[in-house]
Amino acid sequence: MAITNEYIQQKLTEKFGDAVYNFEENYGMLSFETPKENNLKLMQYLQDEPSLGFGFLTDLCGVNYPDNKGRELAVVYHLHNLQENVRIRFKVFTSIEHPDVFTASKLYAAADWMERETYDFYGVNFIGHPNLKRILNVDEMDYFPLRKEYPLEDQTRIDKDDEMFGRG
Amino acid sequence: MSRPVRYNIHPIEAKVADAITYVDAPEGYAGEGFFTAKLSDVVGLARKNSMWPMPYATSCCGIEFMATAASHYDLGRFGAERMSHSPRQCDLLMVMGTIAKKMGPVLRQVYLQMAEPRWVMAVGACASSGGIFDSYSVLQGIDQIIPVDVYVPGCPPRPEAILDGFMKIQELVGQESIRRRNGEQYKALLNGYGIQ
Amino acid sequence: MNEHHIILPEGSIEKHTTTLNLGPTHPATHGVFQNIMELDGERVVSSEQTVGYIHRAFEKIAERRPLYQITPLTDRLNYCSSPINNMGWHLTCEKLLGVKTPKRVDYLRVIIMELSRIADHLICNSIVGVDSGAFTGFLYVMQYRELIYEIFEEVCGSRLTTNIGRIGGFERNFSNTAFTKLEKFLKEYPVALGELESLLKRNRIFMDRTIGGGPISAERALNYGFTGPNLRAAGVDYDVRVHSPYSSYEDFDFTIPVGKTGDNYDRFLVRNEEMWQSMHIIKQAYQKIQEFKGEEAEVYHANVPEYYLPKKEDVYTKMEALIWHFKIIMGEVDMPKGEVYHSVEGGNGELGFYLISDGGRTPFRLHFRRPCFIYYQAYPEMVKGSMLSDAILTMSSLNLIAGEMDA
Repeated sequence: MAITNEYIQQKLTEKFGDAVYNFEENYGMLSFETPKENNLKLMQYLQDEPSLGFGFLTDLCGVNYPDNKGRELAVVYHLHNLQENVRIRFKVFTSIEHPDVFTASKLYAAADWMERETYDFYGVNFIGHPNLKRILNVDEMDYFPLRKEYPLEDQTRIDKDDEMFGRG
Repeated sequence: MSRPVRYNIHPIEAKVADAITYVDAPEGYAGEGFFTAKLSDVVGLARKNSMWPMPYATSCCGIEFMATAASHYDLGRFGAERMSHSPRQCDLLMVMGTIAKKMGPVLRQVYLQMAEPRWVMAVGACASSGGIFDSYSVLQGIDQIIPVDVYVPGCPPRPEAILDGFMKIQELVGQESIRRRNGEQYKALLNGYGIQ
Repeated sequence: MNEHHIILPEGSIEKHTTTLNLGPTHPATHGVFQNIMELDGERVVSSEQTVGYIHRAFEKIAERRPLYQITPLTDRLNYCSSPINNMGWHLTCEKLLGVKTPKRVDYLRVIIMELSRIADHLICNSIVGVDSGAFTGFLYVMQYRELIYEIFEEVCGSRLTTNIGRIGGFERNFSNTAFTKLEKFLKEYPVALGELESLLKRNRIFMDRTIGGGPISAERALNYGFTGPNLRAAGVDYDVRVHSPYSSYEDFDFTIPVGKTGDNYDRFLVRNEEMWQSMHIIKQAYQKIQEFKGEEAEVYHANVPEYYLPKKEDVYTKMEALIWHFKIIMGEVDMPKGEVYHSVEGGNGELGFYLISDGGRTPFRLHFRRPCFIYYQAYPEMVKGSMLSDAILTMSSLNLIAGEMDA
């Protein structure tokens, strides 16, 4: 039996009730939200429940919504059921002051570096991560560069004339 | 579809007469049994035709360098057959690809390990100027940390462009005075980069 | 400890292992990765990796670029097979914008993607040969990779970082020269590939070096998020081209090679067989293209003037083309709001694009799922207990591309 998005939604609502919400279908992929305390329970359930079987973590990344007060940072998980070939996406939101989210690296070994990358870019503190330190940037970096408030360009450049670049 | 195998019964002599070019002797006086020339010309001649490059390939340009060094374009024709992967033995540092700020100290270390005389070639837009990556993590050109002799444009440059850059290096090497590396100007240049 | 064991003087530090710093510029690592290895004699006890030496902040740059300007960035992810990345990005945009491409465009894309898959696997397999001591194969097949690059050059003007195609199709139709070159490639390449295969496949030295080196079980591979040839070598038949067909891959007949043990030899064999399969797909696609008649045989882009950049000569001479060109370049074409995830089968596995659009000119967030970055985590586990020289071989047979890893 092929599992449909409605079936997944029904199963999740049965199990978690109000703790899963904002269901929507984006280009055929079911996506929803869950409180950040709930992310591990949800992933464990999605992995263990035989009729769901989301055993493959495709992707994990962070997003910064600066205008979303109290929910500035999001961690987005993409899971994949390889047998049935169904993908789902869910998000957990957290405030920028206390960006604490439980780590998924115990469930999926693949999450280890992806969480380090998310920490490196957005400063999401993954509780219980075995080795949470910067991965792509230098250790001395003192800010989280992909947050929207930080500029893209190299700030040490002096050879760029602002007027020539239309920013005078 | 197999290829015909040629057994070496009647070997054909390779036609090398037109395929080999000899380098001309430097300017000088020739007499019976002697030849005088400037020492720097002779040293330059020897140096430029047996460069030992160190490929410092980090990204896309490195793949083009692979093509340059491989059979089709064959960098070996210019006397640069011997890739030295140890900085201590090489005399040309070819920096190919993006140098991130994390990589900067490593590149500098490699340059410092090289013995004089040493030349540096920045291959590709990234090594020359940061290229399209004007971002917080990319070094905007390696000339911010080490002196560069030849810049090769392109993103990535074609193998022909890399060869052209190499020939420019050869020109520089051939013309260099043997006293240059002891001169005040050169010391000032290195001091400008904080290298003693 | 027997009587032959060296007894260190009292109070000296006794350390039975050696620490070796491999990289980031070590010649044996093909790319800029650092591995700090703890060695017991020749055997690897543990290894700690550092990556990020060419981190270029693609995801941040992409937030400042309109869609069509992100294509050059994707070139530089896995630069051994840039066209696949380009196509993946175009397909993601098309999914977001709801553009449907004609069949001929799909088939042309399939040809380009499979050609670059061959180029990618060819580099990887010949480098595995180099690291096991056979330089010949590498120098020999580079000649044939040039044939692929010549086709790319004919289609888009560039060899390596191609920036090929546009949203909705290609920037120009394939010329006859391109097809002639393709025919030449189809004729000459199988010979060379056969020779590379016979040089290594049943070669005693090569087999002794690679069989059993760097193995990984299917369960661990899945847990580590492996995709592509490396996952298939471990015995899982997951291929994005078959599971979620894109660009009309469902029209083609090909098989997915699967390994058993996930060791270096299996990875070599899987890549090798995939190249044969790619040849097979290209032949089919080329045949299908020749079957188009009349106007259909000239189609090379979808009819979506609001997203597809018009031809430059039309921009200079035609009013409508100028208007669309202006609108696209100045960002006056509305982008739908939404979140889209699309993936293609890249050279190394599932290359995913997670694009969040807030309706603005540029993506709100773009995340690349880079297969290399995800599976390189498993490296310490794979090389534990193996010889140092086999650990190098494992690294090259994983086909690690620094540009893709560090984004």
